[in-house]
Amino acid sequence: MKIAVFVNHVPDTEAKVKAGADGRSIDPAGVNFMLNPYDEFAVEEALRTRQALGGEVVVVSLGGDANKETLRKALAMGADKAVLLKDASARDSFGVASALADFAKEYGAEIIFGGKQSIDYEGAQVGGMVAELLGWPSVSVVVKMEIKDGTVIAEREIEGGHEIVHATLPAVVLAQKGLNEPRYPSLKGIMDAKRKPIEEKTPAPVEARVQVTALRNPPAKPPGKIVGTDASAAAELVRLLHEEAKVI
Amino acid sequence: MKILAFAEQRNGQFKKTAFETVAAAASLGGEVTALVIGGTAAAIAPQLGGYGAANVIAAEDPAVELYSATAYAKIIAETAEAAGADVVLLPASAMGKDVAPRVAVKLQAGLAADCTALTAAGGVLTASRPVYGGKGVVDVVVTTPRKVFTLRPNVFTAGAPSGAAASVERRAVSLQPSDLSSAVKEVKQSGGKKDVSEADVVVSGGRGLKGPEHFAMLEELAGLLGGAVGASRAVVDSGWRPHDEQVGQTGKTVSPSLYIAVGISGAVQHLAGMSSSKYIVAVNKDKDAPIFSVADYGIAGDAFEVLPAVTAEVKKLLGK
Ligand SMILES: Cc1cc2nc3c(=O)[nH]c(=O)nc-3n(C[C@H](O)[C@H](O)[C@H](O)COP(=O)(O)OP(=O)(O)OC[C@H]3O[C@@H](n4cnc5c(N)ncnc54)[C@H](O)[C@@H]3O)c2cc1C
Ligand SMILES: Nc1ncnc2c1ncn2[C@@H]1O[C@H](COP(=O)(O)O)[C@@H](O)[C@H]1O
Repeated sequence: MKIAVFVNHVPDTEAKVKAGADGRSIDPAGVNFMLNPYDEFAVEEALRTRQALGGEVVVVSLGGDANKETLRKALAMGADKAVLLKDASARDSFGVASALADFAKEYGAEIIFGGKQSIDYEGAQVGGMVAELLGWPSVSVVVKMEIKDGTVIAEREIEGGHEIVHATLPAVVLAQKGLNEPRYPSLKGIMDAKRKPIEEKTPAPVEARVQVTALRNPPAKPPGKIVGTDASAAAELVRLLHEEAKVI
Repeated sequence: MKILAFAEQRNGQFKKTAFETVAAAASLGGEVTALVIGGTAAAIAPQLGGYGAANVIAAEDPAVELYSATAYAKIIAETAEAAGADVVLLPASAMGKDVAPRVAVKLQAGLAADCTALTAAGGVLTASRPVYGGKGVVDVVVTTPRKVFTLRPNVFTAGAPSGAAASVERRAVSLQPSDLSSAVKEVKQSGGKKDVSEADVVVSGGRGLKGPEHFAMLEELAGLLGGAVGASRAVVDSGWRPHDEQVGQTGKTVSPSLYIAVGISGAVQHLAGMSSSKYIVAVNKDKDAPIFSVADYGIAGDAFEVLPAVTAEVKKLLGK
């Protein structure tokens, strides 16, 4: 089975967010980047699928040279091949999805894994868009899955419960935390990953559909009221919630 | 401007987000058509008039009683085309987030997801949405002729319904088997408990609670306030609480009216999931814990003393 995994390279969760000179995108100074946490679950599920059904796992990322670091991490976990769709411009979700869908077609992918969301722009868009562009079914926010007779049987998280979804292959599966326990790369994996080549391709240009006009920090909250330091403050707290905030 | 608002229903009942989505559409001005999909959609459709929908289209078919990404996307996009909609609004719920990217591609429209504000000024729609776990906010403009937005639940208020009526049109659904290539076969409800992402009050606990047995305190308070119990990742990873209660970057995003964080330090990844709550209360014995930087009210004390006292005061207030 030809298995493709989409991996994004994102600022780590501790990163300080400050707009750069353009006022629209993050100033990368002092920011560490990492493999998008949900995509780590996607890589793990792809490796498990390869183990069960045979085949190969290719990891794909769209971005600049820096994304190679994330591709190497996925190679170290055990992916067979890595491809960088090289474009350092800030594409919108549709631009990213178009390039990834073109790649999946050219490669002949039979299943695609991705994350439920990137933790930078938090669109939760790219996976669904790729599926629609390919005319494939998709399942997002997946916490459990198996493949049976050409169908993905997946459990996805919804408000107050789970949905059991059947999606016929080829399909796009988007991982949520809980799907699996991602493995740590072994030392041998890390050494091998250094030697594996990363193929570079130039994706076709796509016109943007969404424009970011400003990146701001949310207005700072005025300092909260420390009502007290022990149980004697409970009455005052409840009074404030009732009379001032009017939430109870 | 013509707007199509997708009104989500499950089990023949509208989700709260259905009213929020229709009301947000009405607040932009212009002509609002609402769409309900399901086996018995027409029965509940008239309710949407009170929130500002002039017309409601009820797409009824047993095949779409349960959600299907592929079929719902087709119905929503076809309805938008037929209504000549320039704008499609959906909730950023599990369903809305799943279907919106497909609808946008079908309509060759740009999509702005999980918006917390949407304003129309001088014919330009500008959306704001949180990014980087709430540490940033971007303003975005969709540049395509047709535009799709998903709205964060609990942020756009629906208000009380007016007495206005809507005209309801039942529309037959024509689906090929291939349109159902992705379909929900079964919904497993987690024991009827309220979901953190839908509750108006969330009482969350962290590692400061010392063990799973102490969550009974939170359950009691949440129960009194008609709310839900949430948890930090530390607690979920320790197996004290199920993952569907986790709030934060790798859990759920919540925007209740009241969020009470008990024994939670307030790591950035936790704040990512709850900082858009309207009022935040922190109970933590460390007065320097970062949770106090986002809290409106705090008690810097021991949860095991403070929480039972708060619960007792709430009981007094509610006359219980
Ligand atoms: C990629 C990534 C994603 C993550 N995603 C999430 C996420 O989605 N959600 C999430 O919550 N975390 C997430 N985390 C983890 C996060 O960084 C923190 O580790 C976690 O939130 C800490 O949980 P906690 O506040 O319960 O525990 P701690 O940080 O251990 O805090 C316990 C707090 O309880 C207080 N306390 C102790 N005893 C008492 C008492 N008797 N009374 C009152 N207070 C007391 C302490 O002062 C302390 O502040 C993520 C981390 C990473 C790296
Ligand atoms: N630049 C990218 N390169 C590769 N995969 C991506 C990229 N952006 C997003 N993805 C994939 O799409 C998923 C959803 O991303 P998003 O729509 O940005 O929230 C991610 O978890 C990745 O699997």
